[in-house]
Amino acid sequence: MQSTTNPLLDILSGIAQRQIRVVDLTQTLDPDFPQIELPPEMGRCWPFRLEEISRYDDRGSAPYWNNFSCGEHTGTHFDAPIHWISGRNLPDNSTDTIPVEKMVAPACVIDCVKHARQNPDFLLTAEFLKNWEEENGRIPQDSWVLMRTDWSKRNDPAAYQNFDEEGQHTPGPATDAVRFMVQERNILGFGSECIGTDAGQAMHLRPPYPCHYYVHGAGKYGLQCLTNLDQLPSTGSVIFSAPLKIKQGSGSPLRVLAFVCDG
Amino acid sequence: MASPLRRSKRKNPVIRTRVPQLPPMARSRIFLGLTSAAARGVFELQVCRECGAIQYPPREACHVCLSDGLDWKEQSGAGQLVAHTMLRHAMENYFRERLPWRLGIVKLDVSDDLRNPHPAPSLIVHLHGDCPEPPAPVRVFAMLDRSGQAILVALPEKDTPHMTDDLQMREMTCDPKFRKSLVTDGKSPVGQAVVKELIKAGSDLVWVGEAAPWKKIPGWDEIKALQDVTVVDLDVTNPDSVRRCAAQIGQKVDILINTAEQHRAYRIDGRHGTENARAEMEINYLGLLRLAQEFGPVMRSRAADTEINAVAWVNILSIYALSNNPNQSTFSASKAAAHSLAQGIRASMQQAGVRVINIFPGPLDVEWNQELRPPKVSPNALAREIVKALRGGAEDVYPGDIAKDWYKRWREDPKVLERELAFAD
Repeated sequence: MQSTTNPLLDILSGIAQRQIRVVDLTQTLDPDFPQIELPPEMGRCWPFRLEEISRYDDRGSAPYWNNFSCGEHTGTHFDAPIHWISGRNLPDNSTDTIPVEKMVAPACVIDCVKHARQNPDFLLTAEFLKNWEEENGRIPQDSWVLMRTDWSKRNDPAAYQNFDEEGQHTPGPATDAVRFMVQERNILGFGSECIGTDAGQAMHLRPPYPCHYYVHGAGKYGLQCLTNLDQLPSTGSVIFSAPLKIKQGSGSPLRVLAFVCDG
Repeated sequence: MASPLRRSKRKNPVIRTRVPQLPPMARSRIFLGLTSAAARGVFELQVCRECGAIQYPPREACHVCLSDGLDWKEQSGAGQLVAHTMLRHAMENYFRERLPWRLGIVKLDVSDDLRNPHPAPSLIVHLHGDCPEPPAPVRVFAMLDRSGQAILVALPEKDTPHMTDDLQMREMTCDPKFRKSLVTDGKSPVGQAVVKELIKAGSDLVWVGEAAPWKKIPGWDEIKALQDVTVVDLDVTNPDSVRRCAAQIGQKVDILINTAEQHRAYRIDGRHGTENARAEMEINYLGLLRLAQEFGPVMRSRAADTEINAVAWVNILSIYALSNNPNQSTFSASKAAAHSLAQGIRASMQQAGVRVINIFPGPLDVEWNQELRPPKVSPNALAREIVKALRGGAEDVYPGDIAKDWYKRWREDPKVLERELAFAD
């Protein structure tokens, strides 16, 4: 990469010359994409829905445009610390107050593809992370840890949700891994290809939903329903993830981009 | 004797699909009393409060004593066929396309009413093919015809084999036999029961809508495995899903039964916020509107498509649509909205002769009514009532004792029912 006085221009030039790849880690906001499923007596996070305002017709002959509706936690989305009871009293804990500097950060990608394929209830343990560090180096402070499972390749909504009579079976982090990442590595946040940062059966872990509990309790963030993690290196990519500036927002759908330097 | 209906040949695709014609629709306002009763499956005639004369056709004043004190009263329908004829020529297009058509005159049996010294009325009836030549005992029923107006039909004194297969009867009913049905949500207990009942009733095939394909619901695998079932993606909250489904199968739906429902049992102060109420409106009201906008036009266009035509649209409402049950307040409101819309859909579908049947059940024996004590209508009983309604000539059905009781009270005085429900536990 040819250096100029402005490093931002270096990045742009790197993108133009394809030395820096921009990878879209976002699922399309599609009404058919599944949303989190909770017991029916609980409140419900809306799925993504699209209603036409007009389409070059009697409702408006020139414009095509839509109204859309969804929950804060629909599609590829960001979890703010205020989302969980453990993070409710932290400063700068909602989508409107999170410092914007946090929205650009490096990422470590943990390859769990083989394990998740063998066991949909696979739990990523602290030991697994330590073994990863042996090969890839220490997880840097303030970086994203992204759990790659290739779960996003499950295009069939039923296979993606993977429910049986005992609930959902999707991979996620074990309690000790979450504590390790938060307490010993001080990460920025945890990201998953599944519908939640926690495993499908995480309500049976101790504590229930350990990832939500510890990550948000420590003021860290979550990213869910990511895709294309297979296009990222284990280390060295940079994630751009800016949630919508919703007042007191607990999260939001967002476009997640990764920058990967191939040069 | 009516010969059993045979599965007709497939439609010749190079012949034009005919435009639906309706039987004569004009009636006087007074006559609508007969339609009103027929709409709920009852045969009523005016009876003079002064002299007891029963009169037909309906009029403003008693044909014997000129009193205007006329009350609509239910009739048993038992009578004697005194004359019959076969119509072989007609100026009305509807009948022209269906000739020959059997008609008769029936003298009602009213001799057991000693108070009534007047001659029994003679009725012009559509005559079932299995009624013997006169004189013969018959049963008269009031049914709605394809124009939505009441007509009188005489059936044999006792049921005969294949009676519902009579071609004139098929014109008055919406029998599922050989017809193709769509059940919009086949996963709910009611949806599952309706699917099974339609198959039992001889529905040619049943399209069964599935939303949220990841949900494992007891009984669903069994429904999916049924030979006559074809599962289709259909989520009434998703405009694109409804559009795709209508585009895919709308041309083949003869009977649509909307079982998609959001039901929660909350008082207005029992659930903070409006998220649940909105979901109820989204499914129970807007879902119905989306179905009507996408399936309505295509079903209307097929209302005269051979003998296997689009005939009926069934809405499962609730008796709470008529008066709010404070224990299920927002649910009641969504069903009231759906009821109002269903009346609009009925007026629209009526133009093609497609019948809109509204079902107003009392409390159903389903999860969200767990805390209610019996009597509750089981999903199976509800499904049987729906098929019975399709085979009959009515458009409003009140299944279960509670629905019947509430409907009666609501007709007598809506305010009384409102007060009673306000204090119910």
